[in-house]
Amino acid sequence: MKPDNLTASARACHDSIIELVDVSFAYKDKEIISNFSFKVKERDFVGVIGSNGAGKTTLLRMMVGLLSPTGGEIRLFGQPIRRFRDWDRIGYVPQKNSFNPLFPATVREVVMSGLYNNKKLFRRIGKAEQAKCDDALEVMRIGDIAGKRIGELSGGQQQRVFLARALINKPDLLILDEPTVGIDAQTQEDFFELIFHMHAHHQMTFLMVSHDVEMIEDNLGDEPLDRCGAIKFYVKHSHDQDCSISDLQHSIN
Amino acid sequence: MEILTAEFFQNALIGGLLIGITAPLIGIFLVLRRLSMIGDTLAHVTIAGVALGFLIDANPIWVGLAFAVLASFAIEKLRKAYKAYAELSIAIIMSGGVALASLFFTLGIGYNTDVLFGSIYTLSREDLYTVGIVTLVVITVVSIFFKEFFLLTFEEDAAAVSGLPVKLFNLLITVLTALVISTAIKIVGALLVSALITIPAACSLLIARSFKSSVIFSVIIAEIAVVIGLIMAGIWNLAPGATIVLLLIAMLIITLVGKKGLRV
Repeated sequence: MKPDNLTASARACHDSIIELVDVSFAYKDKEIISNFSFKVKERDFVGVIGSNGAGKTTLLRMMVGLLSPTGGEIRLFGQPIRRFRDWDRIGYVPQKNSFNPLFPATVREVVMSGLYNNKKLFRRIGKAEQAKCDDALEVMRIGDIAGKRIGELSGGQQQRVFLARALINKPDLLILDEPTVGIDAQTQEDFFELIFHMHAHHQMTFLMVSHDVEMIEDNLGDEPLDRCGAIKFYVKHSHDQDCSISDLQHSIN
Repeated sequence: MEILTAEFFQNALIGGLLIGITAPLIGIFLVLRRLSMIGDTLAHVTIAGVALGFLIDANPIWVGLAFAVLASFAIEKLRKAYKAYAELSIAIIMSGGVALASLFFTLGIGYNTDVLFGSIYTLSREDLYTVGIVTLVVITVVSIFFKEFFLLTFEEDAAAVSGLPVKLFNLLITVLTALVISTAIKIVGALLVSALITIPAACSLLIARSFKSSVIFSVIIAEIAVVIGLIMAGIWNLAPGATIVLLLIAMLIITLVGKKGLRV
């Protein structure tokens, strides 16, 4: 069987995690995205490639609710994004330079902040949350630097911290926005290996924005599945097992 | 020395200790979000409110508070209109506040240096209750939402993607700032109030490793400055607000030099 057929057959029997229906976005009368429809299916790995200004950041920000589309509808896990409340199902790894490097926060404080969502309002952080944090630190092998200030770490270590924060809720969907900008080649390679391993062996769906065409094509296939203007979407589905098996959900540990 | 046991001095000490908690507590969030100047702006608008309070014979603290809250809403609105120019909204509101203040002063009592430089020795029982209530509100809100405020301050986008009501929290922090400013004006004066908000945070950023410890350090630093400053001012008959602020700056210099010394 050709891998393409395999992807197609697997895609048909999974739920949509992210669904864009006729989405448009205009900024000051200039339409950046027009009538675009796209689905991210459960256990897909979607790589989003596009030059600066192509609108990939806009698209990503709309998918996580940071921007509202000027037309069309966005659904997360089958729900219209306005009514979506299960934000703990989404892990988000921001661009590396999105925080102030002199911010006084320890690795532990940053990882723990992955738990602070709409459902945890008015709740105290207890032993169960501390244990989750320990797990996430352990998985990313950053337990030994948990007490360090985030700004003291190397780019690669910071990336692991943000990945640990995104994974602390054991999310169903992991969104990564240019996760390796400004990180050396070897560290980048290790990072991608880790991400693609997680996709192959864990019950998770991935959406990654990247500028690294070579890396995306090496891992997700040569041809983009879809396009939106100058933005290309590469998709790889992770398993060809019977989709009805429900206990594939194993922990990240 | 007998000044230290006088009632007006003890009122001043209690008021100072309360402001020494709230000002740096809010200050750390403002400084880390690069909004240090908001404190100064709200202070200038509050002067206008206080001046109006004298003019219409209402409690100056409460009128000042109302002005500060209104200004904080206006800043948020302007910030949205001029997204890329965050400091523009601050500059506009600040000059507006100063203009209003001088208008009200000239209509009424004439310029009042108490508002500009503080009049901590004239704190009444009633003033103390106001400061006490504000302190209670600030501590309660910050401790309820401490973890959310941390995430919001560290990375606003991540807070939004976690489903937190980011706009509401931003507004809440601004209103808390307005509350703190309008009460702190009585202690150090409008011109010096931003020192009490920003300098403790500036010191603690140099020494703290974690967010929690930076909050604790900044409160401790402010309290030390308030207590020693008031006692020094009382004994040597110095201006209390100015003494507190100069002590804070001295502590900042010592921290800077000490840190350099440690590094070498």
